[in-house]
Amino acid sequence: MSNRTERMRALQIQSALRWETGLAVVVILIFAIGSAASPDFLTGNNLFSLGLSNGEIAIMTLPMTLIIISGEIDLSVASILGMSSALLGFLWARGWPMPAIFVTLAVVGVAAGAVNGLLVTRLRLPSLAVTIGTLALYRGVALILLGPNTVSDFPNAYTNLGVNAVPFTGNDLTYSTLIFIAGAIVFGVVLHATPFGRSVYAMGASAEAAQFAGIRVKRIKTILFMVSGFVCALAGVLWTFRLNTAVQNNGLGLELSVVAIVLLAGVSIFGGKGSLIGVVLAVLAFAGIQNALLLTNFNQEATGIVTGALLLASVFLPSVFLPWAGRLLRRLSHS
Amino acid sequence: MRAAIAASRQQQPDRVRQSGLAMRVFRIRESGILVVLVVFVAVTTGVQHRFLDASNIQFVLVDTATFALLALGETMVVISRNVDLSVGSVVGLSAYLSASLFASHPGLPIPVIFLAGLGIGLACGIANGVMVAAGRVPSLVVTLATLYIIRGIDILVVGGNEVDANQLPNAFLDIPKDTVGGIPDIAIAVAVVIAIGAYYLRSYRSGRDLYAIGSNPDAARLAGLTVGRRVFTAFAVSGAIAGVAGVLWAAQYGTINSTAGTGYELQVVSAVVVGGVAIFGGSGSVTGAAIGALLLTTISSALYVLGISSFWDQAIWGFLLLVAITLDQTITERLTSALSTRRAGRRRTRHE
Repeated sequence: MSNRTERMRALQIQSALRWETGLAVVVILIFAIGSAASPDFLTGNNLFSLGLSNGEIAIMTLPMTLIIISGEIDLSVASILGMSSALLGFLWARGWPMPAIFVTLAVVGVAAGAVNGLLVTRLRLPSLAVTIGTLALYRGVALILLGPNTVSDFPNAYTNLGVNAVPFTGNDLTYSTLIFIAGAIVFGVVLHATPFGRSVYAMGASAEAAQFAGIRVKRIKTILFMVSGFVCALAGVLWTFRLNTAVQNNGLGLELSVVAIVLLAGVSIFGGKGSLIGVVLAVLAFAGIQNALLLTNFNQEATGIVTGALLLASVFLPSVFLPWAGRLLRRLSHS
Repeated sequence: MRAAIAASRQQQPDRVRQSGLAMRVFRIRESGILVVLVVFVAVTTGVQHRFLDASNIQFVLVDTATFALLALGETMVVISRNVDLSVGSVVGLSAYLSASLFASHPGLPIPVIFLAGLGIGLACGIANGVMVAAGRVPSLVVTLATLYIIRGIDILVVGGNEVDANQLPNAFLDIPKDTVGGIPDIAIAVAVVIAIGAYYLRSYRSGRDLYAIGSNPDAARLAGLTVGRRVFTAFAVSGAIAGVAGVLWAAQYGTINSTAGTGYELQVVSAVVVGGVAIFGGSGSVTGAAIGALLLTTISSALYVLGISSFWDQAIWGFLLLVAITLDQTITERLTSALSTRRAGRRRTRHE
């Protein structure tokens, strides 16, 4: 009996010490400190710009979460964004109608992801190396398409989507935030409540065991890369319309921010562990820090220090500190 | 136990034969990329003779020197199944701090500046090494974090300032221009360092340990190798090298602001992988990585000389990288199956 309650208590402690809980506390702290430091922090206007400036990164973390949980990584995301943006400008400058361009971008994004996925699954190459290669390749395509040119004569009807609020939301919600929320729900349900999602965890824990359990590891991984390609192409469109500029270096270097957020969420780099709620919290933490530091006149470029420190905390706390704290608590509850 | 060790020692000739085969494969790997390099140079020269002009060769060698130096440190880390993503930020921090030190104390001898750069890099490398080795957390995450943190520190230190060429002594700015017999000094110096690195990894026990750790970290630990210490050393060396590379960067470009070296880490990893170093450790060589760096620089230069827009650089780099890792995988798979057939064959003869 007492043995059972002890085990129950240990489980409770474990779940209380989950990384996501800590992250939620961090997010609350950031927003509390932010609003204490600046009265502008919690205004709708500021939250709007917060959503605006982090929308594309946030959207790209969703497929990245699934890919990392499945045991792979995709470093080409920012290059697919750039390629999509460049192609959008390239085709628009040649007089293509916008709907045709959107279809093309979707196809190109999915194809770019398929190349990643097929190289990883069919040729059994490490995704880290493959996507460093396609990072250069896709950015290279953007460079070839646009060279030093900039395209920025997009029609207002479209660029307004990038900077205006969604109607009927009291001017607080950007389109990219709306897409992120919808995407987070869809990806969350798929990951946590479907056989597909369970198999993503299974192959991340052990690809071989998943294979023997009859999970189509290669097919699912390829699908994940294709979804990532599509989502990044969409992020490229949002980016282009938000800045009203198609240029080859759009989103340069964002891949590391996206990976950093997903790892910050407590997703294991080795796969098999993590949750989408954690990723949503990590996005909030990331955006909140950027914004709070901006309002406190901290050097905007140097906010990476805080991101980096949180990233270190995300690996050291669960693997070094939390087990220690857990042991300590258990010993206290025994005595 | 001791008998087992003695028995394994007596099997030495057997192992020598195996490592002979492995060495031959290493050579095949390097000669593969060397062939690509030679063909590339030959074709480019055929189209545009200017490509093999002394001035262009010097240009390529100077550009390669810093790059190959960084590839040396990265190779040591990658061979041990780790990765160091912070090198670009270390280059930037070291470049700015060493250059501003020189700008404020122009009387300092140049070697002191290099030592300062080395010290800055070493400190960063030690920080990485301690976290990866003692904390046993994945190096990809740790060095991704230090990439941001070191760059952030750099930005805070630099502010909106920059050091530009007229604040630096000419003797310093001339370092990349000095030549011996038409070959840039720094290319010779880097070649010597790479030769030392190659010899160390090939012939020293601690160097071989890195390969063992990279092939199978658990087995290496069980075999009694000091895994943590070796990995720590690899990161410390990679950091120190990046620090020196930062000083070279400062000498080469003259103008240093807070963006120096941004994004360099992925280029260095590319050179290492193109040079035949397996991204998950255990195989590859420093020489290969240096040739990888030379090949990537040569491609950029060839496109320039041929009048092809440099906008094609990236795409060709990326494509080559994909070809290189595909080839590498094919060779490894062939080798594994060849080795297992050989072993099976030998076992059969022994049983008969």
